[in-house]
Amino acid sequence: MGMTITEKIFAKASGKKILQPGENVWLNVDVLMTHDVCGPPTINIWKNEFGVNAKIWDKNKLVIFPDHYIFTNNPHANRNVDLLRQFSAEQNLPNYFDVGTEKYKGVCHIALAEEGFNIPGTVLFGTDSHTCTSGAFGMFATGVGNTDAAFILGTGKIWEKVPESMKFSFHGEMPEYLTAKDLILHILGDITTDGATYRAMEFDGEAIEKMNMNERMSLTNMAIEAGGMNGIISVDDVTKNYLAEIGIKEYDEFYSDADSKYFSIYEYYVSSIEPTVAKPHSPDNRDTVRNVEGTKLTKCYIGSCTGGKITDFQNTAKILVGQKVKVPTFIVPASTQVAAKLSEETINGISLKEIFLNAGCIIAESSCAACLGGPSDTIGRSTDGDVVISTTNRNFPGRMGSKTSEIYLSSPLTVAASAISGVITDPRKFL
Amino acid sequence: MANIIVGKAFVLGDNIDTDQIIPAEHLVYSTSNPSELKMYGKFSLSGVPIEKSGLPNGSCKFIEGEELTSGYSIVIGGKNFGCGSSREHAPLSLHVAGVKIIVAESYARIFYRNSVDGGFIIPIESIEKLNDKISTGDEIEIDLGKNNLTVMTTGKTYNLKPLGSVIEIVRSGGLFNYARKKKMI
Ligand code: SF4
Repeated sequence: MGMTITEKIFAKASGKKILQPGENVWLNVDVLMTHDVCGPPTINIWKNEFGVNAKIWDKNKLVIFPDHYIFTNNPHANRNVDLLRQFSAEQNLPNYFDVGTEKYKGVCHIALAEEGFNIPGTVLFGTDSHTCTSGAFGMFATGVGNTDAAFILGTGKIWEKVPESMKFSFHGEMPEYLTAKDLILHILGDITTDGATYRAMEFDGEAIEKMNMNERMSLTNMAIEAGGMNGIISVDDVTKNYLAEIGIKEYDEFYSDADSKYFSIYEYYVSSIEPTVAKPHSPDNRDTVRNVEGTKLTKCYIGSCTGGKITDFQNTAKILVGQKVKVPTFIVPASTQVAAKLSEETINGISLKEIFLNAGCIIAESSCAACLGGPSDTIGRSTDGDVVISTTNRNFPGRMGSKTSEIYLSSPLTVAASAISGVITDPRKFL
Repeated sequence: MANIIVGKAFVLGDNIDTDQIIPAEHLVYSTSNPSELKMYGKFSLSGVPIEKSGLPNGSCKFIEGEELTSGYSIVIGGKNFGCGSSREHAPLSLHVAGVKIIVAESYARIFYRNSVDGGFIIPIESIEKLNDKISTGDEIEIDLGKNNLTVMTTGKTYNLKPLGSVIEIVRSGGLFNYARKKKMI
C-alpha cells in the first residue's frame, strides 16, 4: 500500500518507515511560529514548566510575528507586544519581526512564506489555527494551543495523530472570473465545517498546477474551516521557482503514491463552478454570487492571510481600475512586502495603489486588522447593523467586530465588483 | 485518574464553538492569578444561546446566580465540539467550572488536544448520538475501564470509544506530567 504526501512527511519527522492513519507519533518540529495573541501565554507556560532561566530548544527555529492587535491604543494588546520584545531580547532570537522596525512583516502566515520559513518536506507548528496555510509548499503545517506550543519550545517535539487524507482534484482551466477562494468556499459547502476534522486535505489537478503560490495558499489557508488538520499541495515547478527566487534550493520533495489510500476523493471541473459566497454566519453557508446579487452592503474589505496577498490585489485592481466605490472599501495588504508591491505593480501604467486611491478606497497598514474584529479602534472593524463583503476566511457572529453585523465571504473579484455597485455583484459583469 | 466518574449531565447540541464555551470578552482575566482564574468558571458556557442551554428543554443555567462553579460535572455534546479558535481558555474554563469529562460525537482537533495536553478535561467520543438520549440533570456513571456510560435514572448503558494512546497523557494529568514520567523532560 502506498503512502500519501502527509504520511511520508510524518514518517520522516517521526523517524518511522511505515505508519498508519490514526496512530499517534512524536514529531520533530522544524519551525514553531507564534504571534502577539498566543505568544505571551505560551511563554508563560514554558517558564512555569522549564524555569525562568531556561533556554528554548533552538532559537533559530522559533519565529515570532506580532501581527494581530498591532496598531491600537489598547493597553492589553500593547503589553503583549512588549512581552514578546522582552522575551526575544532575553533569548536572543534572530527571528523576531518587531513592529515599528524595518523588520516588521505583517500577517504571520504570509510572512512565513516570504521570509523562507516554508520549506517543502518539513514540519511547522504554529499557535494559530490558520498555520495550515504553509501546506501550499508541500510541507506539514498545523495549529496548536499554548500548552503544546510551550512543550515544543522546550523540547522541539510534539505528538500528533497521523491523519487520514482526503483528496480534492480540480480539473480544467480556471476561467477568468474564478479564484482559489471560490474553489475552497465551494468545497466547504460540500463537506461543511467538520467535514475534514482530524484529516489532511490534499489538493491537485490541472487547475491547481496552473495556480501561483498565492492562490494555492488561499486553498490551504481554509482547510481549518472544514476542521482539517492540514491542507497540502505537492511541490512542482511553480513551488520550485518561488523558492529559487528567495534563494531556497535544497529540500525534500514528497509526493503521494498512486496507490495511496484516501478517506474520500472529490473531483471538480472548474468550468462548472460559479463565483461563490459564504453567507452569514458560517464559512460553509455556501451560495452562488448570482443568488445573493443585489444584497445591500455597508462595507467592503479586502485583506487577511486568505485575501490580502498581491494576487488578490491584482484581481481587485483589474475590476476597480477607472471605477469609483459606492461603499467604504478597505484595502489591507497582508504584509509590508505586499504593501510595497501595491506601488510597484501597474495596470495600464497606473499603480495598484493609485487605482485604489482613485477609486476611493481606504488603504490600511499591514496587519490582521479587522479580520478578527480586534480592539474598538481597529481599522475596518464592523459595527452594529453592518453588512460586509470580505475576502477573509471566517464569518461567525462577531468575528469582524459587531455581533449584529453580517459578513459575506467571497473572492477579491466579487468584493471589487460589489464595491462599485454598493450591492453584492457577480464579477462577470465587469470582466 | 479514577476509572469510574459519576455526576450530573449538562446536555448541549452540535458545533459548540469556543466562543460559546468562553466568549472572547472574558479572556482578559489572568490565568495565573487564582482569584481571576475563578472568573473563567463563572462565565463557562455563557455564550450558549439560552434556548440551547441544557437540552432537551433549554433555558438551564450551567452556572447558577453568583456561583463560580457548576453543579454539572459531565457535559454531553454532539458533533464538532470545541470548533472555532485555538484558545486554550475553552477547556480551561470548563475545568475551572468543575467539569471532569465531556462525551461528544466528535471534537475539533485543537480543542481535543488542548483538553488532553493541558490536563483540563477528559474528552471521550461516543459511538452513537447521545445528546438526544440523555437529559440535562440525569445522573450518569462513566466507566473508563469498560468504556461505557450508564444513565442511572433509566439504567440504560451506552458504549464509548476507547481513549486510545492518549490515555497515558490523560492518566498523567497532562502533557508535561506525562513527559516527566517518561523522562522526556
Ligand atoms: S489575517 Fe485573520 S485569519 Fe489570518 S492570521 Fe490574522 S486574524 Fe487570523
